[in-house]
Amino acid sequence: MSGPELGLAISVFLACAVEAVEALTIVLAVGATRSWSSAFYGVGAATAALAAIVAALGPALTALPIDVLRLVVGGLLLVFGLQWLRKAILRGAGLKALHDESEIFREEAAAARAAGGARRGFDGYSFAIAFKGVLLEGLEDAFIVLTFGANQHRVGLAAAAAGVAIALVVVVGAAARAPLTRVPENTMKLAVGVMLSSFGMFWGAEGAGASWPGGDAALLAIVPVLALTALATIEVLRRTTAATTAAAPTDATPLTAADDELASAGLATREPV
Amino acid sequence: MRQLRSAALGVWAFVVGDDWRTALGVCGALALTALLAATGIAAWWVMPLAVLGLLWLSLHRFIRNG
Repeated sequence: MSGPELGLAISVFLACAVEAVEALTIVLAVGATRSWSSAFYGVGAATAALAAIVAALGPALTALPIDVLRLVVGGLLLVFGLQWLRKAILRGAGLKALHDESEIFREEAAAARAAGGARRGFDGYSFAIAFKGVLLEGLEDAFIVLTFGANQHRVGLAAAAAGVAIALVVVVGAAARAPLTRVPENTMKLAVGVMLSSFGMFWGAEGAGASWPGGDAALLAIVPVLALTALATIEVLRRTTAATTAAAPTDATPLTAADDELASAGLATREPV
Repeated sequence: MRQLRSAALGVWAFVVGDDWRTALGVCGALALTALLAATGIAAWWVMPLAVLGLLWLSLHRFIRNG
């Protein structure tokens, strides 16, 4: 397996594992609260829809000329990757709430109970929520499988990495019978953000006609540099936030609504009036 | 027509997300790379600089706006 193929497999595995953990929480909540069988029908239908999307678009993408493919895929991966990276950095620095699977499970279960009594047999609510949860979480994964896979003409490898990740999460979730709260979601999201952004940057530039010094080996520099930059940014933001919070006024002098919001994020910018 | 519009909005939200400026910046950086490469100038350095700049700007915007 070449370096880019290894990067493909790791990126797809991590991205799919994270999204599968989030989808699992939703399915567990409606299944445990209302109807397991209907929730499983919803999971099956969404999985079939996602597989159809990958099967239909995969060959179409691989038929594009390589430079066009790299330019388009690189740009899309970069737009996606920078979003993953930004959110992971903000969460890592404590400026955005971490994904709390227990809390999401409680909210989904409460909504399922509030939706009225579950029917015997087929329960439309459980089906719809499980279908929507798996489809929405899975769409991003299907996109990553398609773009990474098509660009290296290894859609099969990308789909296999996705399948292993999802199977692993399902097996662990079935054994635990609870949301997977111990999965380091944000660390995984940071890693995915770094990989998507690095490969997006690399392929995008190549597709636009640039040549990287060292060819594919440039990725061996791009990935660690971007990862270290992200970790350093988290540390700087964390320290800045801590210093600002420590220096913030503790009396109850009223601020404007905007200042109040900044202060709650540890980012008060001026003394109270 | 309404369905087409909502489908287009869905695709836009899915691809661009909540930060259209970053998506625009990525397009601009790719265009600059293509322009430099077409004129024979080494252009590989544009994307790394653009990524660092766009990430910093995006973080700055979200921190400022809460």
